[in-house]
Formats: sequence, structure tokens, C-alpha cells
Amino acid sequence: MATQIIGSTVKRREDPRLITGAGKYTDNIVLPRMTFMAILRSPHAHARIKKIDASRAQKHPGVLAVYTGEDLKKGGVNPIPVGFVLPDMKTAQHHPLAIDEVHYVGDGMAAVVATDRYTAKDALDLIDVEYETLPVVVDGEKATHAGAPQLHPEAPDNVAYYWKVGAGDADKALTEADGVIKQRIINQRLIPTAMEPRVAIADYQPATGDLTLYTTTQNPHLIRLLMALVLGQPEHKLRVVSQDVGGGFGSKIYLYADEVIACFAAKQLARPVKWTEERTENYKATIHGRDHITDAEVGYKKDGTITALKVKTWANQGAYLSNFAPLIPTFFYGPMLQGVYQISNFFVEVWGTYTNTTPVDAYRGAGRPEAAYLIERAVDWVAFELKMDPAEVRRKNMIPPFTSAPYQTSMVYAYDSGNYPATLEKALKNAGYADLRKKQAELRKQGKYMGIGISTYVEITGAAPAQVAASIGAGVALVESALVRVHPTGKVVVYTGSHAHGQGHETTFAQIVADQLGLSVDDVEIVHGDTERTPWGAGTYGSRSQPVGGAAVYVATQRVIEKGKKFATHMLEAAEADVVFEGGKYFVKGTPSKAITFQEVALEAYTAKKVPADVESGLEAISFFNPSNFTFPNGAHIAVVMVDPDTGKVDLTRYICVDDVGKVINPMIVEGQIHGGIVQGLAQALWEGAVYDDDGQLLSGSMMDYALPIASNLPSFETSRTETPSPVNPLGAKGAGEAGTIGSTPAVANAVMDALKPFGVRHIDMPLTSEKVWRAMQKK
Amino acid sequence: MFPAKFEYYAPTTVNQAVALLKKHRDAKVLAGGHSLLPTMKLRLAQPPVLVDIGKVKGLAGIKVAKGGATIGALTTHATIAASKDLRKQCPAITEAAALIGDMQVRNRGTIGGSLSHADPAADYPAVMIALGAEMKAVGPKGARTINASHFFKSLMTTALKPSEVLTEVRLPPHQPNSGCAYVKFPNPASRFAVAGVCAWIALDAKGRCAKASIGITGACATATRASKTEAALRGKELNEETIAAAAAQAADGLDCLSDIHASAEYRAHLVTVLTARAIQQAVARAK
Ligand SMILES: Cc1cc2nc3c(=O)[nH]c(=O)nc-3n(C[C@H](O)[C@H](O)[C@H](O)COP(=O)(O)OP(=O)(O)OC[C@H]3O[C@@H](n4cnc5c(N)ncnc54)[C@H](O)[C@@H]3O)c2cc1C
Repeated sequence: MATQIIGSTVKRREDPRLITGAGKYTDNIVLPRMTFMAILRSPHAHARIKKIDASRAQKHPGVLAVYTGEDLKKGGVNPIPVGFVLPDMKTAQHHPLAIDEVHYVGDGMAAVVATDRYTAKDALDLIDVEYETLPVVVDGEKATHAGAPQLHPEAPDNVAYYWKVGAGDADKALTEADGVIKQRIINQRLIPTAMEPRVAIADYQPATGDLTLYTTTQNPHLIRLLMALVLGQPEHKLRVVSQDVGGGFGSKIYLYADEVIACFAAKQLARPVKWTEERTENYKATIHGRDHITDAEVGYKKDGTITALKVKTWANQGAYLSNFAPLIPTFFYGPMLQGVYQISNFFVEVWGTYTNTTPVDAYRGAGRPEAAYLIERAVDWVAFELKMDPAEVRRKNMIPPFTSAPYQTSMVYAYDSGNYPATLEKALKNAGYADLRKKQAELRKQGKYMGIGISTYVEITGAAPAQVAASIGAGVALVESALVRVHPTGKVVVYTGSHAHGQGHETTFAQIVADQLGLSVDDVEIVHGDTERTPWGAGTYGSRSQPVGGAAVYVATQRVIEKGKKFATHMLEAAEADVVFEGGKYFVKGTPSKAITFQEVALEAYTAKKVPADVESGLEAISFFNPSNFTFPNGAHIAVVMVDPDTGKVDLTRYICVDDVGKVINPMIVEGQIHGGIVQGLAQALWEGAVYDDDGQLLSGSMMDYALPIASNLPSFETSRTETPSPVNPLGAKGAGEAGTIGSTPAVANAVMDALKPFGVRHIDMPLTSEKVWRAMQKK
Repeated sequence: MFPAKFEYYAPTTVNQAVALLKKHRDAKVLAGGHSLLPTMKLRLAQPPVLVDIGKVKGLAGIKVAKGGATIGALTTHATIAASKDLRKQCPAITEAAALIGDMQVRNRGTIGGSLSHADPAADYPAVMIALGAEMKAVGPKGARTINASHFFKSLMTTALKPSEVLTEVRLPPHQPNSGCAYVKFPNPASRFAVAGVCAWIALDAKGRCAKASIGITGACATATRASKTEAALRGKELNEETIAAAAAQAADGLDCLSDIHASAEYRAHLVTVLTARAIQQAVARAK
């Protein structure tokens, strides 16, 4: 029997160190003889490098080396690979430092290593480069037009891949529909903006050939694998350490050029090389997210039934394909366009395109926010055209509850479990929906514009059943491991392949073990973030840590209990089949009074006083957990806004949500994930947006111009949950890390459009800035 | 985030500071550092010499007296925002200070720095113009005062000479039956003003507008005055209609800025909306 630590609000064990400034971040690491690297980045979005002369920089006092793309190539450094490969994909060579041509503002061209940061930076100005600027394209659709500037010879018309998915007969259903809505809809480009920028320190020991990379990654094992491939450093001579990391949101999954160059330089110089990204550099050189241009056609019947969805999406992938970029607008987007609805006719086409912009990859939600935004807006378009209540259109189309068997969707996936109607009704009740509508009508009479927006999303997390992932193009098995090691005193150390950078694994993983073994959370230590200490794990992203990594912890703990039974059997002088483990004690079924503790068993495992020689000593177990399916968190979010008719300013006044993330290990941590997610998602609806000019200059290149959310602009969130356990892992957990982000963008956008209904506005694109909203209101 | 090399001086008197500025021609005064240091860290500015006036005594502080208020150049936005005496006499300036950036910026940034920097989106300039403030500057040839109307020259350019230090801001005494207010539309990213308007209104014995003075910031390359609106208000009964009619002219003739946050057209529109709101509040306070 478990002791109910799973499901309880244990305070985050990592917080005392993090909130008192005692966290250990990569930039805090100081190694003897450490040097500093700075990267010369292209000021042009597209240019031929006619000449690059580093001789003045090389002579600058304090400069140890300057490297160019050619130097790296000669040194055996390979281009950065793509870890997710689609059929017929055209992968452009991505050299860690550009050779011959630069393709976006921020593209690395040379690296300076010097004895201090300032000198490295000073020397960048001494590198003489002659450019021949080339025409630029920044728009993901225009890149495919005839006559558009071409980025890579490998990819005609700048198309990296074309991908499609469908079901039924969308064209036929559209012809037969009572009404068809055609709408262009843009999911704008976002800049992830983790609080801590990226940092890398490479430390090479020539005597042993060992290379250690300290870096701000979400997945040390993946980085080791990719780095080994790019650098030619044998994997067993490469260690990747990721200590405390100040947020990732997807942006720290990938192998970036800068980390590769630092490793290369450390090997060349036989001195540690540190590189710390500056914020303005981070905005250009770290991946961006989203950036879809979509033409959608929605077919519907007079009663509100949605019959078809036909979609063409141009997914701007930036100048190069980042490691997992092709997965996001395809498998994490196309099939998810079905949402929580019974729609049977689909046709989805996606063009992944190259443009002269920063590469785009997974950013919190990754594909699912784009899908949820589109389908949730589409439902509201139908409500708009039919003058129906958007809640009613949702009810009309919603998949009925399915809690005992999975629901096979029209495209690709089978949803694991869910009760979407219950979640919607609970959210409507919590919001006091009927009263809100009444109030809205009253306010409209006074010339005040309140909007109520609903989104009922479903998303996909817990990647992945390894064989499924491999069959669709993943380069590595997305399993997670846990090694649970019990020491003689019964204290436990868990070595997990997952990595925590804000998710609280040090607390929740310990809760799983403590719950199962009948220990206190303080008896369990969680070790993560070091390839030399932990077994393989694909890392932390896609809300996979609990459903996959947590499940591995659970399974390994069960194996420990089973192994412990072997010792207990001899200690209790009983038959193994009669021994049970409950509440942290082994005893013979029916006689709990003669129980022995887990600690006594642990000691026996290392002292062998009672057990015969054929019982192997030691008490530890490992699990590589491979889930049988993805998990599908879902929820209903409701936003209430007020729009100032004089200025177009939107104020979010209430936010109500009900999320189903399956079984919850720690309600407070889930709450935190949901809160942060909501803010990140609604910020896309209202404020955030990366803006390039036609020359490919990033105009929103700093926080002075890129509008991040601020707490004082937000109301308290009214969160709540429903719970349909996932059958695909023994914890019943679904992911919780991205749910809030996916639900909130459409909820807030729908709320603003609802406020604008009296002005006859069906759709305007995000971010819903004051000016855009004001302009929309002038049209009436 | 790593500025270029510079020399650093920390004088303790205004005269020492002026002497240093005279000696080092490309030197920059360092006050709160919240405009200067970010540009240096981005290497957009690379002054070879910094003259830190932070240790100069007597440059910080607020004095409110019958003859008006004086605010030392080194007084922080936070101190101004919290001053009860100032709020009583001239709520527009405490309002403007309280709306600047965020807490960190308000705790470090100074009024002297803000005025000298003359960012087109800074808040104080609108207030200075509306209230008819005077700036005291000390240079190699001694002290002089410059009226706000002549202080803001163009984008990030003031009437200050390179070797002058702004030491003090003087606000005229409070007039009976007058009121002022500052209203701002913040840029959601930086919190600077997309547009900001300060209105100062004095009423006559019959409650009509005796005098109006309106300053606009954020909308244009430099802070300016809404002269047409001022003229339209004078002598008028002040009600919703007359205020709206006057405010509608606030952006007339303005050459508004256009950027990724707001088009010129939208800025001009905001100016009219904010002007009406500022006048209404100022009138309410005058009564
Ligand atoms: C994130 C952020 C948000 C902000 N938001 C706003 C906002 O909403 N509204 C707003 O108005 N401002 C805003 N600011 C700017 C802020 O108010 C600055 O504090 C102010 O502009 C400069 O004051 P400072 O004391 O920091 O001056 P510094 O940065 O030290 O100096 C600025 C310039 O003035 C010169 N200078 C300084 N003092 C003197 C003096 N006494 N005599 C002569 N020259 C002098 C310096 O040489 C320099 O050129 C913001 C700043 C930041 C970083």
C-alpha cells in the first residue's frame, strides 16, 4: 500500500537554493586557466562572405585564437545534423560557423577566444569581413514563390519538406457543407526568452582525451550523442553536465553551433573555454517558435456541426533546420487539428520552408498551440457565422467521454483517455457563464465591450512509444530511464535520465519513490543532469518527464520492492509468495504485526546475514520505460476581457481553467506549470511577436521591443482540474508542462474577438495589440 | 553586455564634475545609469570617460516651498513618486514618476538623467512643458536656467552643453484653482510612453478655463506642446463636449513617430484620447 505522498502538495525541494541565490548555474562555474569565447555574428540576413581576415584580431593582446568556418571544417567538425527526418527532406548544410554564405542576422561567422570576456568582445571588431549582400526573404510563404531569393542549392524554392495528412474526403465534404469559411490565419513567430541565456564551458584533458561540456541543456544525453557525431569526439570520452538551468521552454533542447565551437576550441587550446550568451545574442542565435501562415477552409452544417477542415500551412523553419524542427509542424500539428471534436474529413498540407531568419524549433507547446489555435478559432468562426453560442458549437461537435478505451481519431493518433464534455461544463460553471453573457449584453448597451472566450483543447505529450517514434522519423528512442539505488541504511538515490530546469523533478520523482517505499521524501535523493552519473534519457521537453521519466522511476521502484522481497522472504523465514510489502514494511500475508522494515531489508541486502549464497546481494534496479502510447492532456479555458473602445487596449479581467493532466503527483507543482503555461500562451495572444523587416533585421531584438508578459497586467487565475487517468503508464499521469500554453492562446484570442463582435469582426491576427484592435473597431 | 573600455571619475562637487567634462571632451555624465549603461553594454555608445555624479553632495532631494518646488537632478523616480508634498502641489509629476518603467528603474533612474537623455518616449518632458518648469545647469561659465519650452531640442538632444551638468529642476508655485494630471499609454515591452500627455488647467472665478498648458511626449521625436488645444480651451466652459472638441486638435500638426509598436496615425489618435483624459482629471483637481 502506498503512503499517499503521491498526490500531495510537497513543497519544492529545489526552491530554497534557487530562491536564495544558491543555485548552481553554468555561468557560475570557474575553472583554472579558463578562457572566454565570443562569436562574430552576421549583421546581414543574406550575404556572400567575400573575404574574412582575422589577422588584426589575432594580434590583439589577450587573444588566443580566432576560428572561422574553414578552420572548423579543416579540424574535422561536421555540420549539425537534423534528428528528425521526413521523407524527401532537403537538409541544408549547417556549418557551426558559416562557410561562404551567411543566411540570417546572427549566423555565426567567426569565434574569438581570449583571456577575458571584454577582450574577446573587443577583438570581434577587429575581424575584417567583406560581404556581398544578397536578396532576402523572411516570409515563410513568399519564400516558395517564383523568383524568391534562394537560400540553399539543396532546397529548390526554399522548400525543406512537403508533408500531408488527411482523413475522409475534405473536398467533397466542403462542397456538401451548408457553409464554408475561408480564412487566412497567422500564428506569429515567438522568441522563447528563458530567464537564463545559454552558457557552455568546454574542458578538455589532453592527457586522457576526456572532454567535459558544462552546458545549459534540457537533455544532456542527446547533446552528448549529437556532439559526438559533430565533433568526432568518442561518446565514451565525452561528458555533458547540465546543472541548474534557468528555464528552457524548448529552446535548450538543441545542439547549437556555439557549444560545438567551444568544444572544438577547448580541444585546440587545451584550456577550458567559456561562452555566455548575451540577451541580444540570445534573441538572434537561439531558436524561435511557431511562425505559421495558414489558409484554412472550414465546412459546417446549419446546426453547427463541423464537417471538414482543409488546411495549407507554410511553416517558416528559418535559415537552417534545427535538430527537431521538422517534427513540430507535421506530426505535432497536422493530426492535432482535430482537437476534441468528431470531425471526419481533413486535408492538411504543410510546407516547411527556409527563410533568412533565425531557425525555428519546438517552443513550449510546439505544434499543438498552432493546431489548437487554428481549430479553436475555427469553432468560433462557425459560431460567428451561425450566430450561435461558441459553447454550444463545442458541445455539438465534442467527442463523447471515453474513459475505458482509447478514442481513435481521424488522423494518426488514438487519444488515451478523456472526458471533454465534463471538463467544458465544469469550466462554464466555474466561470458563471450564463451570468457573464448577461453582463456582457448589459455592458454593450453602455458602450462597454466585454469579451468571453472559450477554448477546449487537447494536446499530445509523453513522447513516445519508441517504435512509433522511430517509424515516423525520430533519430533516437524517446525512452526514459531511472536507476533506483538503495543504500544499506535504506536511503535511496535515484539516477534519472530526465533533466529538470524548473519542473521540480527533485520533488516529484522523490515523491514517487517515497510513496512506494514508505519513506520520507527526504530519504530520497534525485540525481540528474550529468551523463556520467545518470543512465540514458532523451530529456525533458514535450511534457514527457512525468508520463515517461516518472513512469521509469515508478517501475524501477517496483523492481526494488520485488528484489527486496527475496531478502525479506529469508528474514521472515516464509515462502516468497506469502510475503507482501505494504506501508514500507514486508510481512507475511495476514501477520502485519511481525513486519520487518524496508531499512532492515536494505541492510540485509548488503550484509547477507540471513540470506543464502544464491540470493545476490545489493538492492537497486533500473528501468528503461517505453510507453505504449502518447498521453493526451486536455482542458477547457475561459478568458474574460474588456476592450477600451477609445484605444483598443485589451485588459484580461478573469481567467478560468479546468485541465485534465491525468493523475497528479504534486498539485502545487502542476498548478505552477499551468500558471506559467497560461501566461506564456496568453502573451502570444496579446503581446509577443518577433518582427523582422524586409531586410531580415530583427526589429524586436531586445526586451525593450519584444513585449513579455508582466504579472501586474494579469488577474489571478481560477484553476481547477478534472482527472481521467492515463492508461499508458503506471502513474496514470499525462503531461502538464505545456497544457496551459496550448489552452490559453485561443481562449484569449477568442475573448477579444468576442468583444469585437458588435463591430462585425470575425478574425484579426495575433498579437492583438491595442492598435490592431482599435483599427478593427474603426471599420464598422 | 560587456561595454568597451572607459575611464571612470567620481567627483564630489559640481565644479569638479564640470572641470572633468571640460577636460575630457567626449566624456559622459553618469547618474542612475539606466539609459546610459544599457547603450554602453550594447556598445551603441562607447564614451571613453564617465563622470559619475553619484557622489556629488546636494544634488538629490526635494524642497517644496511657497515659491515653488525644487527637485535635485539626482533625485530618483521612486523618491519623486513617493513625495507627499509634491503630490499635493503637483500630482502630475508624482504620477509620471510612478509610471516610469519598473521598480528597479525607478529606484536607480534620476530625473536629471531622464531630462538630459531626452528620450522621445520619456515621461517627464510632457510634465516639464505643461508645468513650465525650469532647469538649472552649471557649466564652466557658471549657472544658468533654461525654460522647459526651450530645453528639449530634438531627438535625444537638449539645450545642455557637453560640459554642463543639470543640477536642479524648479517647478513654479501652485496657483489656486489649478490642477494638473499626467496620463500615459505605455509600450507593453519597455513601459516607456507610446504617448503621454500632461495637462495643467487653471480656472477663473466662474469656473471657466483661465489658462491651459498641455505637454505631449512619446508621440514625436521630441516632447512638445498642444498649442491648438490650449487655445481652444481658454475662456471656455469645461464640459465633456468642449474638452473633447479641444482635445481632438491635440495632434494637429504633429509629426508623429511610426515604429513596430504604433503607427503615426495611431499615436496621433492616442494623443487626442489621452489629452481629453488628462484635461478631465486636471479640471477635477482644479475644482
Ligand atoms: C527597462 C527600462 C524602462 C524604462 N522605462 C521608462 C519609462 O517608462 N519612462 C521614462 O521616462 N523612462 C524610462 N526609462 C529610462 C529611465 O527613466 C532612466 O532612468 C532615465 O532615462 C535616465 O536617468 P539615469 O539617472 O538613469 O541617467 P543615466 O543613464 O546615468 O544618464 C542618461 C544620460 O543623461 C546624461 N546625464 C545624466 N545625468 C545628467 C546630469 N545631471 N547632467 C547632465 N547630463 C546628465 C548622461 O550623460 C547620459 O547621457 C526606462 C529605463 C529602463 C532601463
